[in-house]
Amino acid sequence: MQIAVVNYHAGNTKSVLNALHRVGANPVLTEDPALITTAAGVILPGQGEASHAMQQLRESGLVEALLGLRQPVLGICIGQQLFCERSEEGGSEEGDTTCLGIFPKAEVRHFNAVSSDPNLKVPHMGWNTLHQLRSPLFRGVAEGAYAYFVHSYCVLPTQDTCAVCEYGGVRFSAAMQRGNFYATQFHPEKSGAVGEQMICNFLSLCHD
Amino acid sequence: MLAKRIIPCLDVKDGRTVKGTCFVNLREAGDPVELAKAYGEQGADELVFLDITASHEGRKTFTNMVTRVAEELSIPFTVGGGVQGADDVARLLDAGADKVSINSSALCRPELIDAISGRFGAQVCVVAIDARPVESGGWECYVNGGRIETGRDLFAWAHEAQERGAGEILFTSMQHDGSRCGFANVALAELSERLRIPLIASGGAGCMQDFADAFNLGKADAALAAGVFHFGDIAIPQLKSFLTQQNIPVRL
Repeated sequence: MQIAVVNYHAGNTKSVLNALHRVGANPVLTEDPALITTAAGVILPGQGEASHAMQQLRESGLVEALLGLRQPVLGICIGQQLFCERSEEGGSEEGDTTCLGIFPKAEVRHFNAVSSDPNLKVPHMGWNTLHQLRSPLFRGVAEGAYAYFVHSYCVLPTQDTCAVCEYGGVRFSAAMQRGNFYATQFHPEKSGAVGEQMICNFLSLCHD
Repeated sequence: MLAKRIIPCLDVKDGRTVKGTCFVNLREAGDPVELAKAYGEQGADELVFLDITASHEGRKTFTNMVTRVAEELSIPFTVGGGVQGADDVARLLDAGADKVSINSSALCRPELIDAISGRFGAQVCVVAIDARPVESGGWECYVNGGRIETGRDLFAWAHEAQERGAGEILFTSMQHDGSRCGFANVALAELSERLRIPLIASGGAGCMQDFADAFNLGKADAALAAGVFHFGDIAIPQLKSFLTQQNIPVRL
C-alpha cells in the first residue's frame, strides 16, 4: 500500500516521511499527479506561507488532482489551511488568498485578528490540548490529549471541525474532516505517541 | 491549555553529549541519538542540540547526527551552533531539524534573522542569547560561547530579534548557567513581558522548584536544562507531576 506525500516545495516533508517510516508505512514523496491519484492515501504536509503554497500547487498542476481525490487525504498544518476557502495570509488589497475550498465557509484568520488579548504571543507554539474529538482519526486518543502546534493563523470552527483547541481565548479547529478529506492544524508527526496513533488511524483508513 | 515546555539541551562535541559548568570543564554525558530517544520516551516536550564547539572553531554542524535524530524522534527538536547563513539552515532543515538556533552570527549580522525568517518562516528561527548582568544594571550580550562581550543590551537585542522575525528567544544567563541555583527569574520576567514571541529560560536549573519558579516568577514559556537531566538528578516524569501539583500546565 503506497502513501503519497505531496511535494510542493513549501513544506517540511522530511518529518512526515520519517514518521511514516517509523510506523512501517511505505511513503513516496512526489509531485506527480498520476502517482498521487493512484496512491492508497495522500498526505499534504505543512509549513510555509499560504499564498506561496497555493501558487506552488497551481504551478505543479496539483489543484485539480487534489480536488478529485476519492481516497483518504490528510492535510497537516498549512495543509489544513489550504483545504479552507480562503486565507488572510498572503492576501492583498483585492482580498484574501483563495484556497482549495474543500471545507466550505472555512476561513483562515491571524490569531491577532481574532484574539481579544493584545499581548498574545504568536506563533501559537507548543503542546496544547484537543477537545470534542469526533473523527476516526482520533480512535484511541483521549479527550484532552496533547498535540504539537506551530502556527500564527487558525481556522475558526465550522461544521467540518472534528477537534477544537483554545489559545488566547480563541476556539479554533484543531482538526477538520469532510468525507475523505482529513486535516489537522497540529503536527501529528511531531506529537509523540499520540501523533503516532493518529497516523496509524489514518493509515488504517487507506486501502489499495 | 498551552503547556509549559520542558526542554533537555544536549551540548554536542565530536558527536558526544557533554555538559559544561559555565561553559568550561566539559564532562561526557552520552550518545546524542540514544539520549534523544530516552528523553522522548520520558516525556520531554522538545530537545535542543547545540554544537558547542562549532562557533569557536568554525566547524559546520553535524548533519549526520541530525538525520539520525530526525529518524528516531517523534517530538520537535532545535539544532544550533555554528550556523552562519541561510544555506546552513537549509541543510539542517533538510536533515530533519524543526528549528535552528542562531546566536553569535545573528549578533554579528542581524539581517540573518530576516533572511532565515523570510525564507523558512519565523517558527524555524530561534534566536539564542547569552547574557550576563553588568554592574551598572542591565544585561550585556556575549558571543562565541560566552567568550566575547558585545556591548549589546539583552532587552534591546531580544526586541530587535523579534522585530526582525525571530520565532522564539532562548535566553541563557551565563551567571546562572551551571550554578544550579535557579533561573534568572527577574530578567526572564522582564523579557517575557516585553516580548510577543515565546521565551525559553536557560541556565541555573538545580531542583524541581527552579522550574516552577521559571514559569511562575520568570513567566517563561519553556525551560531548558542539561546537566540535571543528563546525570539523572531530575527525572522528567517526576518533574512534570511536581509541576502539575503546582497547577502549572504541562503535557503528561
